Amino acid sequence: MHKLVWWQKSLVGVAIGTLLFLYVPVAILILFSFNDSPVTSFPLSGFTLDWYRKVFANAALLNSLVNSLIVAGAATSLTVIIGVPTALALDRFEFIGKTLFRNTIFLPLSLPGIVTGIAMLNFYKQIGLPQSLGAVIIGHATALLGIVVSQVMSRLEKLNKNLAEASSDLGATSLETFLYVILPNIRTAIIGSALLCFTLSFDEIPVTYFLTGRDITLPMYIYSTLRRGITPEINAIGALIVLVSLALILSSVTMLREKK
Amino acid sequence: MTAKTRKALTFWLLFSVPLAWTIVFLILPYGTMGMMSFWTRKFPLFVPDFQFGNYVILFTDPQYSTVILRTLKIAALVTAYSVALGYPLAYFLVFTIRSEKLRTLLYMCVVVPLWVSYLLRAYTWKIILGTDGALNSALLWLGLISEPLDIFLYNQAAMVITLTYIFIPFMVMPIFTALERIPANLIEASQDLGAGPLETFFRVIMPLSTAGVIAGATMTFCLSFGDFVAPVLVGGPSGTMVATVLQSQFGAALNWPLGSALAAIIFTLVLIVLQISSKLDRSGRVSMG
Repeated sequence: MHKLVWWQKSLVGVAIGTLLFLYVPVAILILFSFNDSPVTSFPLSGFTLDWYRKVFANAALLNSLVNSLIVAGAATSLTVIIGVPTALALDRFEFIGKTLFRNTIFLPLSLPGIVTGIAMLNFYKQIGLPQSLGAVIIGHATALLGIVVSQVMSRLEKLNKNLAEASSDLGATSLETFLYVILPNIRTAIIGSALLCFTLSFDEIPVTYFLTGRDITLPMYIYSTLRRGITPEINAIGALIVLVSLALILSSVTMLREKK
Repeated sequence: MTAKTRKALTFWLLFSVPLAWTIVFLILPYGTMGMMSFWTRKFPLFVPDFQFGNYVILFTDPQYSTVILRTLKIAALVTAYSVALGYPLAYFLVFTIRSEKLRTLLYMCVVVPLWVSYLLRAYTWKIILGTDGALNSALLWLGLISEPLDIFLYNQAAMVITLTYIFIPFMVMPIFTALERIPANLIEASQDLGAGPLETFFRVIMPLSTAGVIAGATMTFCLSFGDFVAPVLVGGPSGTMVATVLQSQFGAALNWPLGSALAAIIFTLVLIVLQISSKLDRSGRVSMG
């Protein structure tokens, strides 16, 4: 290996510094979730699991967790049910306004969530749809649709078109071709993007903030608690969320990377 | 049934629900928002109207124009810092790390935080920068300061740090992809022709990675411009951003038409940025060929 000159050395320094910058805050969060003190100050005063016990004894928090799971589960199912046919249609057919349609469903991914949330609130109020978890589910499913569509489409693009042709030449119906030829090939892309949608919906605030009624989700619960002040209980639930999302994300990335 | 009608049937079977869903739950809401931005508030109601008063207020009342300008400044700073930190990291991953496995692992380490609760990532900076937070107490403990400093939290710097932290992965991913696509023999050719590493960087690597920088900068700018959480958690009064104003128009201030106009401005701004970035991206690709 050649010797590094000064600018390459400083580059390596910045790169390692940036990696640390990404992880030290999360480490601090986890560290203080075990710290035996109501304030997040050094030096650490002792080890405790009290904050975790408090999390599991907090009925309001657990209730919001259940709401979050319902919302994320329902929204994810909807994105898959609507997103997979969308991807198939976009992949197989040419039609007027195709690019416009595609850009429109991707729009909520680059627009700040608050804009999408406000737009939906305005419209729901006009048509008389009350602010509720149901409204949140529809909002999330719509905002996250682009994720399933883009992942499934990119997998379909890589799929050999002759396979589907061969299948129909051999007498399979469209449905059989879909079930036995196409679906097995896009299965991991569907599962991977569904896991992403689940994680994002579970964590979503801006759209939820405007669309929810009296029932709140876990991020909304944390958000409103934080506005009142810090409690280490939040560190504990935070550490748990980090661990669960890590597990979900690792499996999702593995799914999306397969057959690359 | 002819092949043509069967094809049309399959198409509508697949596409009717997605089309209807998108029109009802996405296009109509954005349209309603645009429409309402021209309405008038007659407290406590909003009445349909067509007047530009809400936009005039937003652009002329210093209360709002200051916030819009400040948000633009913060989003620009966040984008600049994210490039400054994200580019070296992407470069390091692609060109310095030799082992394929280690590179994939480190790349995953960059991507993973993106999907770990966004709220919590903003929140960690509140517990780090707060008056009795981790940073102050660590400095006290080490004897570097004698009493807690309140300069860390509730200012614009805190917001820029927090947002940069949140959006770095958005920057690293496209730059990494762009750098990875540069053929190794182009770099070798440049070296064989006598260019030093610095010259190779500026004349070969940098121009070929511009598309990645543009893609990352677009995402970072658009999303940090409308950020909702950081201003509330670490921004304080001097860190009021557009999203804070929006939130109050739909809450305490109760002026939906004005809020819709502000949201429509953000919407338009994002569309313009996306348009510019796709133009730049295309011209970049042409010059590569």
